[in-house]
Amino acid sequence: MVPTFYYLILSAVLFTIGAVGVLTRRSILIIFMCVELMLNSVNLTLVAAARQWGNFNGHIFVFMIMAVAAAEVAVGLAILISHYRLTGSTDVSKIHLLKW
Amino acid sequence: MSWPILFFILVGALSIATAVGVVSSRQPIHSALFLLVNFITLAIMYVSLEAQFLAAVQVIIYAGGIVILILFVIMLMGSEDVPVDRIDSSWASIAALGLGMLMAATLLYSFMADFLFQAEPNTLAGGAPYAIGMTLFTRYILAIEMVAILLLVALIGALLLARGPRTGPKTGAELHAEEEEADAAGTTIPYVDDETTVMAAAE
Repeated sequence: MVPTFYYLILSAVLFTIGAVGVLTRRSILIIFMCVELMLNSVNLTLVAAARQWGNFNGHIFVFMIMAVAAAEVAVGLAILISHYRLTGSTDVSKIHLLKW
Repeated sequence: MSWPILFFILVGALSIATAVGVVSSRQPIHSALFLLVNFITLAIMYVSLEAQFLAAVQVIIYAGGIVILILFVIMLMGSEDVPVDRIDSSWASIAALGLGMLMAATLLYSFMADFLFQAEPNTLAGGAPYAIGMTLFTRYILAIEMVAILLLVALIGALLLARGPRTGPKTGAELHAEEEEADAAGTTIPYVDDETTVMAAAE
């Protein structure tokens, strides 16, 4: 049986890759995918912990996170499309209307 | 090295490689396909963690729903306009350094944590749909109801946000208001029944 900390390490690496993507890429779409990556790495942590402690609650949490992620993707992509329709660009560094 | 660990390392390496692919691809469509493979490797991980139900849900929701949605958006926008170069802000490198240190600390902690020295992880009675469903629909029934409301709100919100300017034929109320305006101004509305003229007039 694979020890739990292997999963934790994999999850930490995936989360860091996702965070680096969010910080360094300029396309909103790719930032979006990196956010999904981070959510998934957290899910992996929760499932690994659920097996470690023999408790189903982690699975329930993962299920809820998946539902929230699905809702977030739908609304986020809708915002992205309407923004693209207005400006014709997906570059986050050009979205600075509320920036001082 | 035992077979499960070898299998874990293979799938984990694939997972990390595809995650790097998501971040570093120049084409967003390649990113989306890498993301798909990454989701599938995570589903395999869930199976190896005795969470079969979550593995199925992962494939259905993420691989089947979210990636398709992202691909549709890429198709709608066209990929030629997506910027590929890196952001050049000073704080990004500092933040990346901080995150790297945080990750190193987390790894160290997970190496040193107490449960490492437990002999065996507990075995679940199966992450089968029956056990999950019993927990979900008894103890967490309120959370399920709230997720239902959340999904409804997200549905309506996405519809409202993604709906563009309306270009179809006018409603009766709008036509009536126009007629009244025209009457007040003493002019008449030119009659159009060709749909293209209606569209052109709307634009």
